[in-house]
Amino acid sequence: MQNYSILSLARNAVCSHRNWRQAWRSPPLKDRYDVIVIGAGGHGLATAYYLAKEFGITGVAVVERGWLGGGNIARNTVTIRSNYMRDESIPFYVKSVAMFEGLTRELNFNMMHSKRTMVDVVQTYPKMRELRRRQLTMDIYGATYEQISTAELRRRIPALTGGGADARLPIIGGMVHTDAAVNRHDAVAWGYARAADARGVEIHQQTAVKALIRDGQGAIEGVETNRGTIRARKVVVAVSGHTTSVTETAGLRLPLRTMNLTAFVSEPVKPLVDVIVNCPDSGFYFSQSDKGEMVIGGAPDMGQSFRRDIKQHVFEDTVSAMLSLFPAFKKLKLMRQWGGHLDIAHDASPIMSKTDVEGLFVTAGWWGGYKAIPAGGLTLAHLVAKGAPHPLMAPFTLDRFRHLDFIMESGTTTAR
Amino acid sequence: MAHDYRRPTGGRIDRNRKLRFHFNGKPYDGFEGDTLASALIANGVSVTARSFKYHRPRGIVGSGVEEPASLVELEGADASANNQITTVAIRSGLRAKSVNCWPSAEFDLGAINQLFARLIPAGFYYKTFKWPSWHLFEPIIRRAAGLAAAPSDPPAHGHFEARHAHADVLIAGAGPSGLMAALVAGRAGARVFLADEATEAGGSLLSRTLQIDGRPAMDWVADAVAELAMMDNVTHLQNATVWAYREHNLVVVNERKPDHGALLERSWRVRARKVICATGAIERAMVFANNDRPGVMLVSAVQTYVNRYAAIPGNRAVVFTNNDSAYAAAADMAAAGISIAAIVDCRDSVSARNLEQVAGIEVLAGHVVTAAKGRKRIRAVTVSRRDGGTAREIRCDLLAHSGGWNPAVHLFSQSRGTLRYDPTIACFVPDVPAQPTLSVGAATGRMTLADALRTGAEAGSEAASACGFDSGPCDVPESDDIAYTIEPLWRVDTPGPSGKAFLDIQNDVSVDDVLLALREGYSNVEHVKRYTTGGMGIDQGKTGNINIIGTIAQHHGVNLRDVGTTTFRSPYTPVSFGAIAGLREESVLFPYRHTPITAWNQANGAVMYEAGARWRRPGYFPREGESFQDTVNRECRAVRERVGVYDGSPLGTFELKGRDVARFLDFIYTNVMSNLKPGNGRYGLMLSDDGLILDDGVAFRIDEHRWVVSTSTGHADAIHQHMEKILQTLRPDWQVYVTTVTSQWNNATVCGPKAREVMTALGTSIDLSPESFPFMSFRDGTVAGLPARVMRVSFTGELSYEVNVAPRHMRMLWDRVMKAGASFDIEPVGSEASHVLRVEKGFLSLGHEVDGTVDPYDLGMSWVMSKTKADFLGKRSVDLRRQGSRRRRELVGLLPLDPNRAIPEGAPLTPGGRKEATEGVTTACVWSVVQNRWVGLGLIENGRTRHGETAYARLKDGAIPAIITAPVFHDLEGERLRS
Ligand SMILES: Cc1cc2nc3c(=O)[nH]c(=O)nc-3n(C[C@H](O)[C@H](O)[C@H](O)COP(=O)(O)OP(=O)(O)OC[C@H]3O[C@@H](n4cnc5c(N)ncnc54)[C@H](O)[C@@H]3O)c2cc1C
Repeated sequence: MQNYSILSLARNAVCSHRNWRQAWRSPPLKDRYDVIVIGAGGHGLATAYYLAKEFGITGVAVVERGWLGGGNIARNTVTIRSNYMRDESIPFYVKSVAMFEGLTRELNFNMMHSKRTMVDVVQTYPKMRELRRRQLTMDIYGATYEQISTAELRRRIPALTGGGADARLPIIGGMVHTDAAVNRHDAVAWGYARAADARGVEIHQQTAVKALIRDGQGAIEGVETNRGTIRARKVVVAVSGHTTSVTETAGLRLPLRTMNLTAFVSEPVKPLVDVIVNCPDSGFYFSQSDKGEMVIGGAPDMGQSFRRDIKQHVFEDTVSAMLSLFPAFKKLKLMRQWGGHLDIAHDASPIMSKTDVEGLFVTAGWWGGYKAIPAGGLTLAHLVAKGAPHPLMAPFTLDRFRHLDFIMESGTTTAR
Repeated sequence: MAHDYRRPTGGRIDRNRKLRFHFNGKPYDGFEGDTLASALIANGVSVTARSFKYHRPRGIVGSGVEEPASLVELEGADASANNQITTVAIRSGLRAKSVNCWPSAEFDLGAINQLFARLIPAGFYYKTFKWPSWHLFEPIIRRAAGLAAAPSDPPAHGHFEARHAHADVLIAGAGPSGLMAALVAGRAGARVFLADEATEAGGSLLSRTLQIDGRPAMDWVADAVAELAMMDNVTHLQNATVWAYREHNLVVVNERKPDHGALLERSWRVRARKVICATGAIERAMVFANNDRPGVMLVSAVQTYVNRYAAIPGNRAVVFTNNDSAYAAAADMAAAGISIAAIVDCRDSVSARNLEQVAGIEVLAGHVVTAAKGRKRIRAVTVSRRDGGTAREIRCDLLAHSGGWNPAVHLFSQSRGTLRYDPTIACFVPDVPAQPTLSVGAATGRMTLADALRTGAEAGSEAASACGFDSGPCDVPESDDIAYTIEPLWRVDTPGPSGKAFLDIQNDVSVDDVLLALREGYSNVEHVKRYTTGGMGIDQGKTGNINIIGTIAQHHGVNLRDVGTTTFRSPYTPVSFGAIAGLREESVLFPYRHTPITAWNQANGAVMYEAGARWRRPGYFPREGESFQDTVNRECRAVRERVGVYDGSPLGTFELKGRDVARFLDFIYTNVMSNLKPGNGRYGLMLSDDGLILDDGVAFRIDEHRWVVSTSTGHADAIHQHMEKILQTLRPDWQVYVTTVTSQWNNATVCGPKAREVMTALGTSIDLSPESFPFMSFRDGTVAGLPARVMRVSFTGELSYEVNVAPRHMRMLWDRVMKAGASFDIEPVGSEASHVLRVEKGFLSLGHEVDGTVDPYDLGMSWVMSKTKADFLGKRSVDLRRQGSRRRRELVGLLPLDPNRAIPEGAPLTPGGRKEATEGVTTACVWSVVQNRWVGLGLIENGRTRHGETAYARLKDGAIPAIITAPVFHDLEGERLRS
């Protein structure tokens, strides 16, 4: 893998940057691999990378129906945090957040990882009670979450001028999660792709899986794509939002629903807000990107949908809630908005698992799964390579649905 | 060089109204009707901005929303961050400054970056700034990026609003095709909504010197506008941008300064049967070395400035084109007194009709402009044959370039219509619509006025007739302009270091950047966009994206069709958040829900707050000198020892009517309801389909087919949806009508051992004796002279009468209760005391014990799970879960070893209080007035078998031990509430 550094930049500048190599190859498609990973999103690429790096499995093809990194990883609001509710979740996300911190070095690709803390703006007592419950549980796992006063909250977010004593929902305090970070989502996709490619993984874009193929015994045999049949004894479905449409081609139904979630950005402005702001009672969150845009998200659309349209009323609610707390944003302008579809399990926790189809693995239910990419990729690779779950992900297999032993995280839907 | 930059006559400006404004601190004058851009051009200003990355001097490139180069920040009362200089109308007192430069656009220190330009190609930041950590570099990068500063305050004056409208035909764009469509559909009688972003109607006609029916085209526009104004069925808005096209033909329009008054902006949500996209076309740039220098402008922009604003952007011009549209413009430029040094056309042959228009001007066919020279203003361009050969330098201070036209397919594409690349006109055009959408005129790639008028008329007629209005035959006015032909030229390759050629001027993305991205394997159009940031600016690449696509296609040796476009996203142009929200803020967004006694509560010193479902309720009623705990204790004692009263109105209440209500209730509750006799009620639990508790509540049977069901306050809306969902999807054949009556009945709940005496003192027609009016029944009658329905339920564990009356009687009832209760020392009770009372009694609360993880068995309520019913919602899931081996967390009482130490609500319970995986959680902890100590409730693994053991609540520093008990601390047998 070509080294990226200030020195290599300088060296290349001399020859007008003509000698940079391809970040990843476009190799010819073979008809057989050891492992096929469907979906070149964050989870698919990370799984492929760790398969090669940690477990020496390099006969891996990642097949992507569009362009790599163009699914939800391209649409998400890059909030990386570990303030979850349950014993099963917290250590998993703590690990993932820590892995993200080292990812720039690991992949020799600048992720622009910015550990800028998340501040929750709390406006109701029940929410405060819920967050304090989180705080004490998180403390057990070494994740930081501290309560702060309203005055301290306003000191940290000077642009937060709404929510005063006379407001409809006065601010009653805040919580600070110092581990939280944002980074550059494209860099995560590209960084993993480049590093995986360098270790022999093949990435095939514009290769859509039409169906999974099973052999006479019912075990997985390969996939049918628009470019022909590809065979492998192990297939990983990492297609976030589309999981059920892919697995049902193998007759496998999963406890997932697909929903639409949207986000939007403002015009770029000079640095104004240094932390990730999350307002669970009002129903929105945002952070300012390095380019200066406010990257804003809100509640998901109600109901199931495979469409990515913006629901005007949901969008207006989010904007209105934001202006109630940040009235100076009235003259700030919307620049771009979009949607993505995510699948969600009943308990809002992920599914990383073997399935009833021998050789078929899924990673799904990623409702806020950007933050989980490193740990998700690592632990899924472990499962695929060793056949047994990594301890950090063991609670998240499909087994929990046999007796509906949920890992309830559904209280957490504001900050992705 | 002394020069007059304003034509002596003409232009759509009002020369009688001179306006003084400031730009970058200097005063200038312009006229009413000018944009900031035209006024600055008329003042001879050429450097109006600095570029984002290299801080190169930049001027004005376009004349409308396509402007890529010059962004200004508005100051003072109109403070607003990034505005295209071409879209800001001047007014007196306006203060604007260029973004991105310090200390000034003329002399910008950031220009130092140009020295490092070679070190910072596209995506350089992915390769460096890694050591020691991004945190070292991030603040510098952040400060450098971001363009303008955000306004620090909301607008000092004025407001925003939103309106809804319905239309048969919505037309986006009031150029010739849109006006024509509006006339035809309007005359036919359809409800027409016509919106256009510009200050006045006319679209491209504002900039050109065409004729319609033998008269100046703008005369025709004036007549059309006048005719539309006479039609009641037509709404015509200017200054109104159609910025979003959503599902089901919902179109969102942003109207600016609608009444020149206090209303800043208005957001229209228009639901239309048919939408006509008459959005015109946008001229695209040519790409050659230094194509960003001040003095390099789009042909259409120059034409607009000379015709519409009578402003003269240069003295001596070169025109560079690959298509026919530049010739008429060149003729207009010449007519405005600009001397045209040459027309450089990359095509080998130029039609005679084109040449006719520019007779006397040198036309260099088969030639290209390879570079512009000059820094803060161009002074010459180099021109050579397209196939090479020696370059010739032509002196000029203005280069007008046209790379052809892109139909403005943004709205069409937002609506999910698909696009098709049309090689004959080298652009993407609308293909298959996904909604009832028609596209007309230049928005379809038809570039002549005659086509615009004709397709406009046809679409107007088609849309009207689709809505049931017959337009009859309509005559299309006569016009003539020259057919449009083009030969694509995505970029001019210049050998050697003649300067950067920009594909995206706003984000400083050069041809080299795109080629680098392609070389590195970022080969998809979306990869190129993201890697280089090309097309991601405020202008969203309106003039440049196509050249990026063309460059990619050339690199891969494929057709543009195979490259495709990046996704067009709303908004078409940036829209202020204030306009999007309209008036919806604060209490308009989250309306308060009040009961009729809010005023009484406030007058009596209640501390009020949000208590779920947007209800504003009294938390407690403090008295002089009391601590919070004193107050709560006092209120609790009143209920336990004498009598208290609270306003239970917010409790979710539904009336269910119909033949099948009984079986419906049997289906949604775990226990049997259908065997209740009229007049009686029962407590029950509802499960969700995953077998977890959704809600608890009480169902009362009024008569055979009429029931009243109450739910928890915070969940009322969700339960309503739950019921409706079942009725509409699972059991559509059942006859059950659900009506929310939460606010139709209000109640005062009198509770405590003396409740019956207070009721007697109030005077009631109902026999209160426990035999004839037992617990869990209701009676209709009068109380204190008011018609009332009294229910015997209890949320406190004491004898309780919930006296329900009509809202108009609530205050009267309340006053009478307080009066009748006075001799019993009755006290009003807030939600804090209610919480304590229910914890003492071990009653559940949603959000505490019922936290989305528990089933009835976990809470020790196996009795509520009917053994006789064959099925009910959630039964299978509960059974399935019960077959598993996972240890369940069960409801217990917690008595802290130290009776004076509270456990924080939510504190996890861990084995031995160690820092390890939790085995439970403290769901509530209150000071009990009956136990005179802190008591808690919690969920802990296998809790029911562990009574007497010690549990530990884990805090950050240590743990609180507590004895596990049964979850009841008061009146175990329930004698009091039944009394
Ligand atoms: C608006 C929004 C905001 C979000 N914000 C956050 C946040 O702040 N923090 C956070 O942690 N998470 C967030 N998320 C969630 C996060 O984006 C997803 O959980 C995560 O990206 C999903 O994993 P992925 O990257 O592997 O998915 P994707 O990037 O969606 O990858 C799946 C890939 O599979 C491909 N594919 C699908 N079907 C096929 C097929 N048949 N054949 C071949 N390929 C196929 C797709 O094209 C896609 O590239 C957000 C999501 C959205 C939509």
